[in-house]
Amino acid sequence: MKMIFGRPAGLTETLQRYCPGCGHGIVHRIIGELLVKLDIRERTIGIAPVGCSVFADEYFNCDMIQPPHGRGPAIATGLKRTRPECIVFSYQGDGDLAAMGTAEIIHAAARSENITVIFINNAIFGMTGGQMAPTTLPGMKSTTSVKGRDIGKQGYPIKVCEMLASLDGPYYLERCAVDTPRNVIRTEKALKTAFAHQISNKGFSMVEILSMCPTGWGQTPVQAKKWLGEVMAEYYPLGVFRDLSKEGK
Amino acid sequence: MAGKKLMYGNHAVVEGVIAAGCRFFAGYPITPQNEIPELMSIRMNEIGGVFVQTESEISAINMLFGAAAAGKRAMTSSSSPGISLMQEGISYIAGADMPVLVVNIVRGGPGLGNIAPAQSDYYQATRGGGHGDYFTITLAPHSAQDLYEFPKLAFELAEKYRNPALILADGLLGQMMEPVEFSFKPIDPKSLPEKEWALCGCKGRERRVVRSYDLKAGKLEVLNLRRAEKYAKIKSNEQRFKTKYCNDADLVIVAYGTCSRVADAAVKMARDKGFKVGLLRPITLWPFPMDVLGDMVKKVDNFLVVEMSNGQMIDDVKLATECRSRIYFHGRPGGGVPTPPEIYKRIEEVLGGAR
Amino acid sequence: MPEVKILEEVCKGCGLCCDNVCPENILILIPDRINSNGYHPAMVTDMKKCTGCGYCFKVCPEPAIEIYK
Repeated sequence: MKMIFGRPAGLTETLQRYCPGCGHGIVHRIIGELLVKLDIRERTIGIAPVGCSVFADEYFNCDMIQPPHGRGPAIATGLKRTRPECIVFSYQGDGDLAAMGTAEIIHAAARSENITVIFINNAIFGMTGGQMAPTTLPGMKSTTSVKGRDIGKQGYPIKVCEMLASLDGPYYLERCAVDTPRNVIRTEKALKTAFAHQISNKGFSMVEILSMCPTGWGQTPVQAKKWLGEVMAEYYPLGVFRDLSKEGK
Repeated sequence: MAGKKLMYGNHAVVEGVIAAGCRFFAGYPITPQNEIPELMSIRMNEIGGVFVQTESEISAINMLFGAAAAGKRAMTSSSSPGISLMQEGISYIAGADMPVLVVNIVRGGPGLGNIAPAQSDYYQATRGGGHGDYFTITLAPHSAQDLYEFPKLAFELAEKYRNPALILADGLLGQMMEPVEFSFKPIDPKSLPEKEWALCGCKGRERRVVRSYDLKAGKLEVLNLRRAEKYAKIKSNEQRFKTKYCNDADLVIVAYGTCSRVADAAVKMARDKGFKVGLLRPITLWPFPMDVLGDMVKKVDNFLVVEMSNGQMIDDVKLATECRSRIYFHGRPGGGVPTPPEIYKRIEEVLGGAR
Repeated sequence: MPEVKILEEVCKGCGLCCDNVCPENILILIPDRINSNGYHPAMVTDMKKCTGCGYCFKVCPEPAIEIYK
């Protein structure tokens, strides 16, 4: 019998330390598969963020670097400009990309650096214990917004795909989710497209992925995936925000 | 390029960096070092290197982290406030044992300060500068010629010890023009050996990881102890300095960079008047030339530390001499530059009738 | 006939594969078994019904599921 689904060779044997039901593992598996399917594992350099997925440098079976919080796109620029033959991806959470690294992601996108950014949006700070993120929904409870995010005092969430789509630089922007098999398959397709664009030197690609954080949300994994589909995806609509390949570029 | 050319100090850095085989520059404009990114943008374009004008110094230093992790010589330049922004990145780079070159054309501080030359970033440069247990190799040029030659030395030391290196100059050195001799054969970056730790894709080898963290119990302590051994080795191998008229001196001036030039003129004035005065010019600020001062203290009764600050290097002079001699200070903070008569006056005050 | 193998020691018992994912509804968390990490691992109740669609694998974060055909 032949294995048709299983741990891809693009992941190391190290077991992941994420909480039960965390979406990071699903996205890791997809990237691990793509490293093999696209035959890029041996020329890829991955960038782990600061946050729960700081440990991604132990999980992806390729060269990895772990930079300061939010600086992934700058590190990626340094790597890609000096090693254009390598495939460079920056894996970032919402604290990393949408708070600390806001300047880095905007300018890497504006320069249209030929890199692939994977942005995990779980609307909360996981690693530090469930504090409010720039992506925390209005009214959503966190350990620094215990009565729910108060728009009057704590402002509005940042919709990263929409924000970056206001720039001319990005080549490809899509928002996906990993709550259902159907959405996971769409995420697989989006990430494959994003890496393919980098391989053909098209410029900046980012896939934002709505992902479950049951621990941070104070929910069971099953409740979390339902909340993602019913509430979070309403606020952060899924879809393609930029695809210059459709414009023949 | 061969022969001699009249150049700005800031332009000499650019040519020195390129001659050292560096093909990656990332930086953000700030006075008084703007001539560096300006010329770099032209020169990197000419020679097929990379020039990125970044959104911030934070981004610049992280681009260097990436380029260095890719195994390439990479540099940035800035001035004091920008260097402060880079400290986060420098700490991570030191924690990941990566070689990069950072040039600081120091200006007056704290805060936005002014754009006049200063030496008030000495502590920041020689005490690590950011968080955690680390040091950065710090070279102090005192001429456009040094600014041309030190990048090569800085890269060699940075790579030998896998540690970030700084060149600590000041606005005066960056802005003044001097003849520069292209004193070494430019290095072809392709001739530099591939680093055995560089990230370049794991084809035919184990994957590599560059990082500054280790959360396993006790592991970071081991790493930091190993780094302490490296620092001890740098301290014993790499102390660099120049001395002048120190053999018979009753007083030795300790000064680096611009101050060493002014002090040189003051020493001449003093010698003409019959005072036995010498000059010690530290070239490496970290590692500080402790050993030569430790020897000198046996013979020299007086040291005069001259700095364009309220006194920072003086602490290292006190540590090196264990305060066994009398140590005097003359400082000009906030963008002031001492004059030779000013220093001579201090010499006269100290040595009085001892000529 | 496809065969699903649950890596019981890798499974964290999140239950994502058991909730409205399997078209045949043949995955459950085993209530009376606990792995060495303290989780109830998932199991297939009726392997004959499995079509090998891979949906359970797609939503498994570990992944603790292998499917053979």
